[in-house]
Amino acid sequence: MLNFRSPETLPLVNLSNAGVRRNGRWLVRGVEFSISPGEIVTLIGPNGSGKSTTAKAAIGVLKPDEGHVERKPGLKVGYVPQKLAVDWTLPLTVERLMTLTGPLKGREIEEALSATGVLHLAKAEVQHLSGGEFQRALLARAIARKPDLLVLDEPVQGVDFSGEIALYELIKQIRNRTGCGILLISHDLHIVMAETDTVVCLNGHVCCRGTPQAVSQSPEYQKLFGRRAASTLAVYSHHHDHTHLPDGRVLHADGSITEHCFPGDGHHHDDEENVHDHGEDCGCGHHTRLHGYDVKEKRDA
Amino acid sequence: MLDDFFVRALIAGIGIAVMAGPLGCFVIWRRMAYFGDTMAHSALLGVALSLLLELNLMLSVFIVAAVVSVLLLFLQRRGALSTDALLGILSHSALSFGLVIVAFMTWVRIDLVGFLFGDILAVSESDIDIIWGGGILVIFAIVYLWRPLLASTVNPELAEAEGLNPERTRLFFMLLMALVIAIAMKIVGILLITSLLIIPAATARRFSTSPEVMAVLASVIGALAVTGGLFGSLHWDTPSGPSIVVAAVGLFVLSLLPIGRRPMEAAHHSTPGGHR
Repeated sequence: MLNFRSPETLPLVNLSNAGVRRNGRWLVRGVEFSISPGEIVTLIGPNGSGKSTTAKAAIGVLKPDEGHVERKPGLKVGYVPQKLAVDWTLPLTVERLMTLTGPLKGREIEEALSATGVLHLAKAEVQHLSGGEFQRALLARAIARKPDLLVLDEPVQGVDFSGEIALYELIKQIRNRTGCGILLISHDLHIVMAETDTVVCLNGHVCCRGTPQAVSQSPEYQKLFGRRAASTLAVYSHHHDHTHLPDGRVLHADGSITEHCFPGDGHHHDDEENVHDHGEDCGCGHHTRLHGYDVKEKRDA
Repeated sequence: MLDDFFVRALIAGIGIAVMAGPLGCFVIWRRMAYFGDTMAHSALLGVALSLLLELNLMLSVFIVAAVVSVLLLFLQRRGALSTDALLGILSHSALSFGLVIVAFMTWVRIDLVGFLFGDILAVSESDIDIIWGGGILVIFAIVYLWRPLLASTVNPELAEAEGLNPERTRLFFMLLMALVIAIAMKIVGILLITSLLIIPAATARRFSTSPEVMAVLASVIGALAVTGGLFGSLHWDTPSGPSIVVAAVGLFVLSLLPIGRRPMEAAHHSTPGGHR
């Protein structure tokens, strides 16, 4: 396996204590992570936890209101936004979409489209694509420009399960072939790409971070997902020591209530014990139970 | 030949249609029709100020339209009212201020109907120079800004992330709108300028396979509408602006008829499921 990380490699992007504030409210603060060439960082967290905001701050679409975001000079970004609606009045084929932000050779377009499996749709108007087909076209557009950093905001939304596995495998191949860094936002709270180097769990701040456990090591998941999926997906099991109450206040494990949670608020990793029982009262909606994949918990899906 | 007022109006009108085509496409892609209306209505305030301060008419209209669009950006940032409420306030207040100022100036007699609905008798030879000079400038600017304009129309954040500058592009786009409004006002009239932007572009949509084709086609359709409208205006002695709009709407209605539908489009409509 190729390893692009070395101590002297400069990170593509580095966030230190970054925070973004809108209308007097902190969307996210105290975010720290960096992405090096060849590294995959996955952001997880419930709705409104600041995942997209963090990604936008990382690529310079949003300016941080505190802390610092440093990007390598001349960094070339490929971006797949979470939502993209093309007005029906705009006649845009998949082929034309590819050169939206910069010129490409015909061969590069073809390669990218066939890599994501939508070459046959090159002449189709984007408004006629299904959700999954459109996601693949957007991914093709982002990789065709051969970026240093690929930022994918929920790239597998609207894609069926086997398509999701195929896209994750493709993302892995892109990383191995080009050595680009990848910032991935997962729509799932627990299941991430197995190749992920670092998982950063957000809930208005960095709740916790760590490395995922390969699903292939857990017989339960292997049974649930099948062998092929099990080698692509990984599980990030964790729960938190504080609960976000509906009114925005935070209940801590020791029973105290504060107005906000703090970057220092900790987490518990289930490093020694894979199976654990975590109460339903965990407001973060983060807890994992390995003995069953609870659909009810997929609030963010 | 240019002595003939009708030929002058025709040359001027076609020049306006050519630059309005691509700009009008962006107006409908970006859903800015009401915004265009507001800028156009503010032109009457520009007319009034030009008479009051004895400024050049087109320059004064351009400046007022540009100021109104910057004012709108500023009010949008404050975020107290929705954009369409802000547009409604700006649009009608600019129009009314213009009318009130004109009414106060009892020493000047202006042809208000001519300003509101266009007047083909009003086009001078120097107007033609300005229209075609300005038109070439607008076309060059759109060609130069095409990629960032299109990318930020599809998604401003995507454009920003991949190194294009959507904020600056938007500002240039508004200045181009102000320029077209200042130039087009004499022929089409303040109240109807937006229709020359929108209707040809909407007509072109059905026959277009790419944004570029749609922009060129909108110019051609606009030129056809101007020609037809001016002939009608001459023939029936109707105001030029409404006559051009009637001709443009006629072409638009023709484009809605299910004749000559492209096979690709027909195939998409008949595909069961799979498409939304």
